[in-house]
Amino acid sequence: MTDPSRFGVYGGQFVPETLMAALEELEHAFRTIVPKEEFQEEMRYYLHEYAGRKTPLTFCRNVSRDFGCRVYLKREDLLHSGAHKLNNALGQALLARFMGKRRLIAETGAGQHGVATAIAGAVLGMQVVVYMGDEDIERQALNVVRMKMLGAQVTPVSSGSRTLKDAINEALRDWVANVETTHYLIGSVVGPHPFPTMVRDFQTVIGTETREQVLEKEGRLPDAIVACVGGGSNAIGIFTPFLDEKTRLYGAEAGGEGPGGRHGATLCRGRPGVLHGAYSYLIQDAFGQILESHSISAGLDYPGVGPEHSFLRDCGRVSYYQVTDREALDAFFYLSRSEGIIPALESAHAVSLAERVASGLAKDDILVINLSGRGDKDVAQVAALAGDTL
Amino acid sequence: MTSRIGEAFSGAGRPLLVACLVAGDPSEEVSLELMREAESCGADIIELVMPHSDPVADGPVMQKAMQRALHAGTTPGTLFTLVREFRARSGTPVLVLTYANIVVQRGIESFYRDAAAAGADGIAVADAPLEEADPFCRAARESGIDQILFVSQTTSRERLEKIAAKASGFLYLVAVLGVTGDREKIDPRVIGILQAVKAVSTLPVVPGFGIGTAGQVREMVRAGADGVIAGSAIVREVERALNDPRGTREAVGAKVRELASALR
Ligand SMILES: Cc1ncc(COP(=O)(O)O)c(C=O)c1O
Repeated sequence: MTDPSRFGVYGGQFVPETLMAALEELEHAFRTIVPKEEFQEEMRYYLHEYAGRKTPLTFCRNVSRDFGCRVYLKREDLLHSGAHKLNNALGQALLARFMGKRRLIAETGAGQHGVATAIAGAVLGMQVVVYMGDEDIERQALNVVRMKMLGAQVTPVSSGSRTLKDAINEALRDWVANVETTHYLIGSVVGPHPFPTMVRDFQTVIGTETREQVLEKEGRLPDAIVACVGGGSNAIGIFTPFLDEKTRLYGAEAGGEGPGGRHGATLCRGRPGVLHGAYSYLIQDAFGQILESHSISAGLDYPGVGPEHSFLRDCGRVSYYQVTDREALDAFFYLSRSEGIIPALESAHAVSLAERVASGLAKDDILVINLSGRGDKDVAQVAALAGDTL
Repeated sequence: MTSRIGEAFSGAGRPLLVACLVAGDPSEEVSLELMREAESCGADIIELVMPHSDPVADGPVMQKAMQRALHAGTTPGTLFTLVREFRARSGTPVLVLTYANIVVQRGIESFYRDAAAAGADGIAVADAPLEEADPFCRAARESGIDQILFVSQTTSRERLEKIAAKASGFLYLVAVLGVTGDREKIDPRVIGILQAVKAVSTLPVVPGFGIGTAGQVREMVRAGADGVIAGSAIVREVERALNDPRGTREAVGAKVRELASALR
């Protein structure tokens, strides 16, 4: 029998004993409540009527011309809130409500997951507390304001690297102390079982729609799909329905400053270990201390990655490559100016890697880029970086 | 064969004080002095924490102590040196507490073998619950040291029985719903849990987390605890007199004496 908490050797439940009861309760609820028609009907309402699914699969004429193949964007940037994070936030918040929890806590890096949780909490009538590193509060100020406007409490985290990793630590500490009333709405396919599986299932709507849409438009499956990988939720979401197909799958990790410099390329440059409840690739020193990651994009600035990605890397089903800060910034401007779509800096990593992948494709080959979010949150940061050249 | 930890509990005829310190806090040298000071002031077992960069079960006092220790360059090598030097002059049991990744990166078997060779008597891994405990328990058995496992207020009776069956040395009862750190009051639910744990296991049951005053120690003993673990309350004393090793030693000693007096 395969262990449902593992992807190969990766995953598991490395948490303090106090949390185990909550994980058991959550796993049970996930297995029994989510498949119920009552839950599914609610979920359909919130995804379609409220959040604006299904999102378009846009054929991009200009990018296709430039890249030399048929390029589609899966438009998660057009989802309510501006990123794919809402698929998961609505799913988990709804599940938490079915479980009778009234308080949601979340961590956020880019602020997109915090905003998504704040939205889900507002519409479902639940209290929301979001943990966010000091450094991210600074570089994603717009999203901090959005969360507050939506009625969420934003709690700054000043420990460690003051980014996403530390926000997760604080959220876990809150959960240990309030486990009976609170659901920890984790924002990516990371953390202890059942989170990686549950978040994947809630994000798989991206890939399911993409599959239908591409079949409708092209009559066949794509040759390649590219997504960025922070924790890995938008990537897993679009990859999952294609895992058993011939479609080549590519993950773009944060190459940061490039070779020799700081980075967030966990799968490309890390080593397996235990962080935040799971055994997976990590950026760490020889003794198992976690090192600070770096990326221009807050959403990819994380020294861990979801355990299923570690499995997909080792078995070779998905190829992971690094995209540097500089390359992401170039792709940010390129997509803005060629298609009139300002991508999130996270998604810009996928656009940049797609250009590399396209160089090996033929003119009629189909390439899908998961545009996980829009770039409004990043405009101030990019403007400051670009300075006079803007 | 009973371990040094097992013998300490069965031989004392009174509840024991487990005094917790962070290895290498504030430096390797002072850390060793603090272990010896704690022992001479009445600690029955020394719990030595191998620091981790991301200690999710720990509150602010322990977090800061771990940062200080890591800053001072503490590695598992430092930890084993401290245990070895302490053991050279003492028969007091030493328990190592750390997080899974520290053990996993050295190799689980190697970590346990090295700990045992240095003279450690038990290991507790804060983020290795029942579901992940097997490889750690196996290594502990092979190295002849105790695997200390945690139980908490949220642990069901069924889990309790399974945990008790795998643990050795004693059961570490997490006495609060939350992370390590001082609390004003003992959570009244702990009293009931203590009895429930004692009903399923013959191992000593030792509460820790949030216990930091003589009054709280007495309360736990009245409730039937076989000992108490004090962490943040002692480690906070290190923080108070950081640039004064003698002051640190005296402050730590005074705190340990206060807690130990409640057990005699
Ligand atoms: C727009 C966007 N894309 C991607 C990510 C990275 O997360 P994941 O790898 O889980 O999709 C984030 C995270 O904040 C994000 O906001």
